[in-house]
Amino acid sequence: MLLFRHNRHGRVTTFSEYRQGGGFVALTKALQEMTPLQVQQTVIDSGLRGRGGAGFPTGKKWSFVPRDLPGPRWLICNCDEMEPGTCKDRILLEANPYSLIEGIVLACYAIGVRHAFIFIRRGYEQAAANLQLALAEAKAAGLLGTNINGSGFDCDIELHLSAGRYICGEETALMNALEGRRANPRVKPPFPAVKGLWGGPTVVNNVESLANIPDIIMHGAAWFRALARIATAAGTKLFCVSGHVRQPACVELPLGVELGELIDGSCGGMRPGSRFKACLPGGASTPFLTAEHLNLPLDFDTVAAAGSRLGTGGVVVFDQDTCMVAATLNLIRFYARESCGWCTPCREGLPFVVRLLEKFEAGEGSEEHIAILREHVKYLNYAFCALAPGAMGPVEGLLRHFEDELREHVISRKCPFQKP
Amino acid sequence: MIPETLKNELLTRVAHAVTPREAAVDVMNALQAHYGWLTDAAVVEAAGLLGLSTLQVEELATFYEMIYRRPVGKKVIHVCDSISCWALAGESLLERIAGHLGIKVGETTADGCFTLLPCCCLGNCTEAPTMMIGTAIHNRLTPQTALVCIEGERKSIEGGPR
Ligand SMILES: Cc1cc2nc3c(=O)[nH]c(=O)nc-3n(C[C@H](O)[C@H](O)[C@H](O)COP(=O)(O)O)c2cc1C
Ligand code: SF4
Ligand code: FES
Repeated sequence: MLLFRHNRHGRVTTFSEYRQGGGFVALTKALQEMTPLQVQQTVIDSGLRGRGGAGFPTGKKWSFVPRDLPGPRWLICNCDEMEPGTCKDRILLEANPYSLIEGIVLACYAIGVRHAFIFIRRGYEQAAANLQLALAEAKAAGLLGTNINGSGFDCDIELHLSAGRYICGEETALMNALEGRRANPRVKPPFPAVKGLWGGPTVVNNVESLANIPDIIMHGAAWFRALARIATAAGTKLFCVSGHVRQPACVELPLGVELGELIDGSCGGMRPGSRFKACLPGGASTPFLTAEHLNLPLDFDTVAAAGSRLGTGGVVVFDQDTCMVAATLNLIRFYARESCGWCTPCREGLPFVVRLLEKFEAGEGSEEHIAILREHVKYLNYAFCALAPGAMGPVEGLLRHFEDELREHVISRKCPFQKP
Repeated sequence: MIPETLKNELLTRVAHAVTPREAAVDVMNALQAHYGWLTDAAVVEAAGLLGLSTLQVEELATFYEMIYRRPVGKKVIHVCDSISCWALAGESLLERIAGHLGIKVGETTADGCFTLLPCCCLGNCTEAPTMMIGTAIHNRLTPQTALVCIEGERKSIEGGPR
């Protein structure tokens, strides 16, 4: 265990407990013995991939930041976490806010950032309070602020409280939100690494990604890679398992753990009377996996090869009594409501898909509707940002694995799962 | 009008920001906490504090799920209707609460205590079904426990100052 190793049962870790457990040793070590480029190289070598959903290699993202432009560079920690089925960042921060703070300072050192922000969603007041206290403690101990540990390196971290809107988690919308602008996404390129917050080079990283950094610096890249269950993966992952399992839970496990093991081992299996039918492997935007995938090792590449995405690691499990059309409808309703309205394919297309799925549920669907649904999986890729293509992930999964179930709605002219 | 102390607090917050409008959400939240919702007067005040036009504030105010541009009850009940909560509660929880309160979703109770709204994932998916009353999260709900929570909140609203 790495991310959860400082956790105490039922309460937040204290500053002194974190330090006694080896906390802030990595930061001290880096500031004394390593150059910023060495820190970055260690993270590159570690194979750490972004935990916010896209799985982009963290160290590589840092390396895109030009170091020779005038003006400040920025780092934003993304704690918007509104992806349905995902609550790992909250659970991590409610147990221990210090790993994230140490990770942010290390990242700032590597990239040469003076001011970092933590963008935190509404509803995460406890996590925000923990962070506020932890920031004050770190500052008082000389681990944050000016001349950290006598090294001459300065770094400050500020909390930015949001007011609830899923699109704010998209990195360019996030920058608009932070600047106090309406949080529509920005056009890419220019990419944030070159031109981001207030026009300066900006890195956006997820909470869990950054919280991994201290132990990577402390123990080295090889150690981190070896934590994973399979050779092509690196590190551990927070999986939050919800839905029809006996004990829904957020657990830290090696990447490469098999889906079935996650459900049976950590969550006590399916709840009484339930059999596994399907799951979302990594939040609302990932295509369904089915019983044929219970032996699938969960890592970015392996899940992608199976036609889905590891995403956030928010696993939502459905049993045999779940109508997959109804589940998909719930997901698309979420996306239609959260569409920021900026571009037409998403603003108009998602409500249209909602109406299509409602037709199937009402027994008014047809073969032609199935074809139209399939076309929309393609068309919504032409939207302005990743929200709309993500929204179509479950629809794609529905068409791939549950086309028969969809057709049954057409043939029997009703939802076969509806109670009479 | 907001009290002088709050105004000064907010002016300090704005002065501390990298650019004034960075503080927009904090300012809107504070004004909303004061008035109960973001009134027209509050939009004008926010614009003044932030150096923005009222239209620019409106653009922001209407974007966020938890900034209320219409009158709301003393506490807003946000019931999560995202996938993990749906898997366990279906669509019935919200309907049961609406029936109990005698209002439709989106409306405010006649006594002014509650406004009922569906909301996006509250990040408590492993403890679903979930709702938030004011800022308090309530987890692992059944229709029965949800109603108990709501009546408990009603007592505390009626019993004490806001
Ligand atoms: C609609 C949308 C919402 C997103 N929400 C979040 C979020 O809440 N938290 C997060 O870390 N990443 C979110 N992302 C991904 C971010 O854009 C970005 O890729 C991520 O924060 C980068 O961090 P990482 O490289 O450490 O994963 C979202 C992306 C999209 C398209
Ligand atoms: S795809 Fe949707 S969320 Fe993204 S910019 Fe277009 S309307 Fe906004
Ligand atoms: S889906 Fe309801 S709290 Fe996440």
